[in-house]
Amino acid sequence: MFYNKALDSFLEEAGDISRFTAKFFREFLKPRYEFSEFLRQCFYIGYKSFGLVAVTAFIMGLVITIQSRPTLVEFGAEAWLPKMVSISLIREIAPVITALICAGKIGSGIGAELGSMRVTEQIDAMEVSGTNPFKFLVVTRVTACITMVPILAVLAIAVSLYGAYLGCNIHGVVSWKLFWNQVFETNTFSDVVPAVTKTFFFGLDIGIIGCFKGYFSKKGTEGVGRSANSAVVISSLLIFVLDLVAVQIADLLGFT
Amino acid sequence: MSEKPILEIKNLYKWFGENHVLTDFSLDLHKGESIAVLGKSGSGKSVLIKCVIGLMQPDKGSINVFDLNVPDLNDQELDKIRVRIGFLFQSNALYDSMTVRENLEFPLRRHWLDTKKQSVDELVMEALENVGLKETVDMMPSELSGGMRKRISIARTLILKPDIILYDEPTTGLDPITGKEISRLMVDVQKKYNTSSLIISHDLNCVNIAADKVVMLIEGRNYAEGTLEELKKIDDKKVKQFFE
Repeated sequence: MFYNKALDSFLEEAGDISRFTAKFFREFLKPRYEFSEFLRQCFYIGYKSFGLVAVTAFIMGLVITIQSRPTLVEFGAEAWLPKMVSISLIREIAPVITALICAGKIGSGIGAELGSMRVTEQIDAMEVSGTNPFKFLVVTRVTACITMVPILAVLAIAVSLYGAYLGCNIHGVVSWKLFWNQVFETNTFSDVVPAVTKTFFFGLDIGIIGCFKGYFSKKGTEGVGRSANSAVVISSLLIFVLDLVAVQIADLLGFT
Repeated sequence: MSEKPILEIKNLYKWFGENHVLTDFSLDLHKGESIAVLGKSGSGKSVLIKCVIGLMQPDKGSINVFDLNVPDLNDQELDKIRVRIGFLFQSNALYDSMTVRENLEFPLRRHWLDTKKQSVDELVMEALENVGLKETVDMMPSELSGGMRKRISIARTLILKPDIILYDEPTTGLDPITGKEISRLMVDVQKKYNTSSLIISHDLNCVNIAADKVVMLIEGRNYAEGTLEELKKIDDKKVKQFFE
């Protein structure tokens, strides 16, 4: 009985999110375009998250390099350290970590902001003033997420590689030129394209789930907290699911 | 009043499951008139006003505003008539991420063709002057008191110079003195702009000051109507309990 109820509510929510996503694409194409609000959201989502993403990416690059080194030394393959670390960082770690940080920071922020606007009737106020709140609030935020998450991911890749370079030089000596030579020799266009492409879908996931949870927030302030929380949980989980799908598709298309 | 009503609600029904909130409710509002709908908490007053503005869909009945039946309108048509109807929310619903100026500019920039900075500024300052709060123009809503927020909310409602203003519990959460000030402001606004007002309230002071006529919403229908003095004289237990 419980199982059926849980499955029902899961399927119902999945259906609602799909409809919400379809509405996003419909409204995205229709004028009027809220360009200034889109730019404002890009600033909040991109610029204000960059510091956090950069610090995390730098530490990840550094830590992965330091932790990988002993194993490679054991096999006498220390010279491969820049190659191996850069593949992990570019293909997987930097895009996924960036997306997870964005899900935590941006997804929860959007969920809480729209949730509190819903419970304080600000969304209704927008609607009765003849403004389409879905277009003004949802389309701008989701579009900004789709735009900024890939940019943040590319920056995170660059910063994490710099961290990896420093990591290589803690116990050994790898020149700046040699490090980058190895990175560019190993990683080709077919490594970068799938890695960056999947971040557009991560951005869509973070924006849609954050907006969906906030836009339909209920039950007062308790509901706002729940919206922010579930926005993070669901979008983080979906990032891993999307990553799995992206890896399979990249594999099928020969990007490996 | 013989002329055609600006807002005509006919045989309106709205139910939520087994709970029948509005049952055969009817009301006419004429140009320049101010009607208060008086009822207990949970009697369906806010549902009624949300049906009028199209935020809720009634189950049966018609709501004619400017000769258009609101339940039949699509989103674009609704947006067009909403520009001519102001709505004052119980919670004020000021956009808390925007300054007072941006709150007032928001509807203006979307619906007013002349969006030159000077013209927009003039209209914003005029609306603020009408509510006596010019000095708050660059403040955030969180910096204002409850009464000030209500005034700013009225200014935002006024900025598009609507034909009808719907007030949802305008004095709720305010002390009696501020409540009276807001009620008087509603009268001033109505006279200055010659608007029609539909006031949803359970505050007799507000109704006494701001309404020409009172409709009692009891058991989901228009139970009694008249001036406040006329209603006080009705010998009916359900009506009398409001004035005891």
